[in-house]
Amino acid sequence: MRIAKIAGFYALVAIILAQALFPFYYAVLTSLESGQAIFDVNYLPKVIDLSNYRAAFEDGVFGRQILNSVFVSTVVVIVSLGFAVTASYALARVPFLGRGKILLLILSVSMFPQIAVLSGLFALIRAMGLFNSLWSLVFSYMIFTLPFTVWVLTTFMRKLPKEIEEAAIMDGAAPLTIIRRVFLPLLWPALVTTGLLAFIHAWNEFLFALTFMSTDTQRTVPVAIALISGASEFEIPWGSIMAASVIVTLPLIALVLVFQRKIISGLTAGAVKG
Amino acid sequence: MFLAPMLIVLGAVALFPLGQTIWFGFTDASLNNIDAARFVGLRNYIEWLDYGNGQGEWLGLLADDRWWRAVRNTVWFAVVSVSFETLFGLIIALVLNAKFPGRAVVRTLVLVPWAIPTVVSAKMWGWMLHDQFGIINDMLIKLGLIATPIAWTASADTAMAAVMMVDIWKTTPFMALLILAGLQMIPDDIYEAARLDGINPVRVFRKVTLPLVMPALLVGVVFRGLDALRVFDIVYVLTPNTDATRTMSVYARENLFDYDKFAYGSAASTLLFLIVALITIGFIYLTRMDLEGKETD
Repeated sequence: MRIAKIAGFYALVAIILAQALFPFYYAVLTSLESGQAIFDVNYLPKVIDLSNYRAAFEDGVFGRQILNSVFVSTVVVIVSLGFAVTASYALARVPFLGRGKILLLILSVSMFPQIAVLSGLFALIRAMGLFNSLWSLVFSYMIFTLPFTVWVLTTFMRKLPKEIEEAAIMDGAAPLTIIRRVFLPLLWPALVTTGLLAFIHAWNEFLFALTFMSTDTQRTVPVAIALISGASEFEIPWGSIMAASVIVTLPLIALVLVFQRKIISGLTAGAVKG
Repeated sequence: MFLAPMLIVLGAVALFPLGQTIWFGFTDASLNNIDAARFVGLRNYIEWLDYGNGQGEWLGLLADDRWWRAVRNTVWFAVVSVSFETLFGLIIALVLNAKFPGRAVVRTLVLVPWAIPTVVSAKMWGWMLHDQFGIINDMLIKLGLIATPIAWTASADTAMAAVMMVDIWKTTPFMALLILAGLQMIPDDIYEAARLDGINPVRVFRKVTLPLVMPALLVGVVFRGLDALRVFDIVYVLTPNTDATRTMSVYARENLFDYDKFAYGSAASTLLFLIVALITIGFIYLTRMDLEGKETD
C-alpha cells in the first residue's frame, strides 16, 4: 500500500515533468532534422543536422532581428527601472494625499488590454514619426513594464525598516541621495527580479511589435518567427521555424534556470500580498 | 516630484492612447486618414440603415454577429482555460509542496513552459498538432485512441480546443507557483494537529488547505482571467482567420489594420476595454484590496 502510494506519487511527478518538457524537446529534435526526415515522426534523435541553424543566419536578417530584440528589451528594462525606483520611493515612503488612488491607477493600467490602446498608440507613434522605429517599441512597452516594476518595487520598499533612512535624514541627506546611497544597495535583489521579468515580457511581446514595425529588418524575433512561411500552405519550413524558436527560447530558459528563485519571488510578490 | 516622470510616461503611453481609441470609435477615421477623422456619433456601434421603402436593417458593432461570436469565443476560452489552469495548477502545487528528493529541480523545470515566448509555444504546438506529420496524432493512433488523424488546428470543431491546450500548457506554471506560494504560508502545525487527530487527508484538504489557499488561488484566477480575455498571440499564430477561434482582440485588430475599418476596430477595442474594466473594478471592490498600505505603515 505504502509502496503503491510512493510509486503513484513519482508517476505523477514524471507526468508533470514530461508534459512540461516534451514540447520543447520535440522542437529541438525537429530543428535538427532537415529535408524529408522532418516528416517521419521520431521520438528519439536519429540524426544531428545543423543545416536549419546555418540557414537561419545565412542572410543576416535573423541575426539583425535578434539584435533588435536584445536592444529593445534591454533599453526597456533600464528605462522602466529608472522611472520605477524614484516613483516607488515616493509611493512607499512619502505620505501624501491620493497615494492610494495613484497606486490604484497604476494597478489598473497593468490590467489594460493592449488592444484597447492600440489604435490610439498607432496614431501617436505615427504622429511622433516613430513608426517602424525600434523606439516605438521601447516607448509602448512602458505600458506593461512600468506598472509592474513600480508595483513590485513599492511592495518591496515598504518591507524595508524605516530606521535605515531615518538615520540618513538625521544626517541631512537629500531624498535623491537617500535613494542612491541607502535604497539602491538594499534594492538590488528586487531590481534584478523585476528587471528579469520585464526583460522576458518585452522579449516575448507580439501585438505591438507586429503592428508598429513594417519592414523585415526592424522586426523583433517573435514577429519574425510568426511570419516565417513557405511558398504555399504545404511548404511551411517547419525545420527553420523550430531552429529559430530554439534559438530565441534558449536564453530565456537559461535565465529561468539560473534565476528561478528570484523569478518565482517576483511573480508571486505583487499577487499574494494583495 | 519623484512621481511626475513616471506618471507622465504612463499618461502618454496608456491614458492618452486609450482616450484616442475611444474617440476614434465615434469617428469615421480610416487607416490612411486618421487626422481627418470626423465625429459620426454612434454609427460604428449601431445604426439603422433605411432602404427607403419602409424596410431596413441594423448595422454596426452591436448588430454584428461576427463580433458577438468573437465575444462568445473569448469568454468561452477564458472560462475553460482558466478552470483547467487552476485545477492543474493546484495539483502541481500540491505535488511541489510535498517534500521529496529533487523537489527543487522539478520546481525549476516546471517553469519552462512559462519561459517560452507565446509565439514560439503556438508554433511548437502547431507542429505537434499537425494533421499529417504531427506527433500528437501519431501518439493517439499508436495508443489506439483515434483511428484517423485529426486536423486539430484546421477543423472548426477542434481549433478552439487546440488554442486552449496551448494556453493551458503555457500558463499552468504561473498558476501553480501562485498557489504554491499560498500553500507555503500555511503553518505546518495545522497539518500536524490534524494528523494527530487522525483526520482523513481528503477532509483536511477540503476543510483546511483549500480555504487557506483560496486567497492566493483567487488572485491567480483574476490575473489569468484578465489575461485570457485579451488573448491575441496564440489565436493569431495557431489558428489564423477562423470563425471558430476569433477572439475580441483578434477581431479588433483585423478591422483596424487588415480591413481598413480603423474607426470600427477602435469601437471594438473600446467595448473590449469596457468589459475588462468592469470585471477589474468588480474584483477590486469584492476583495477590498489594501492599496494604501495601511497594514504595513
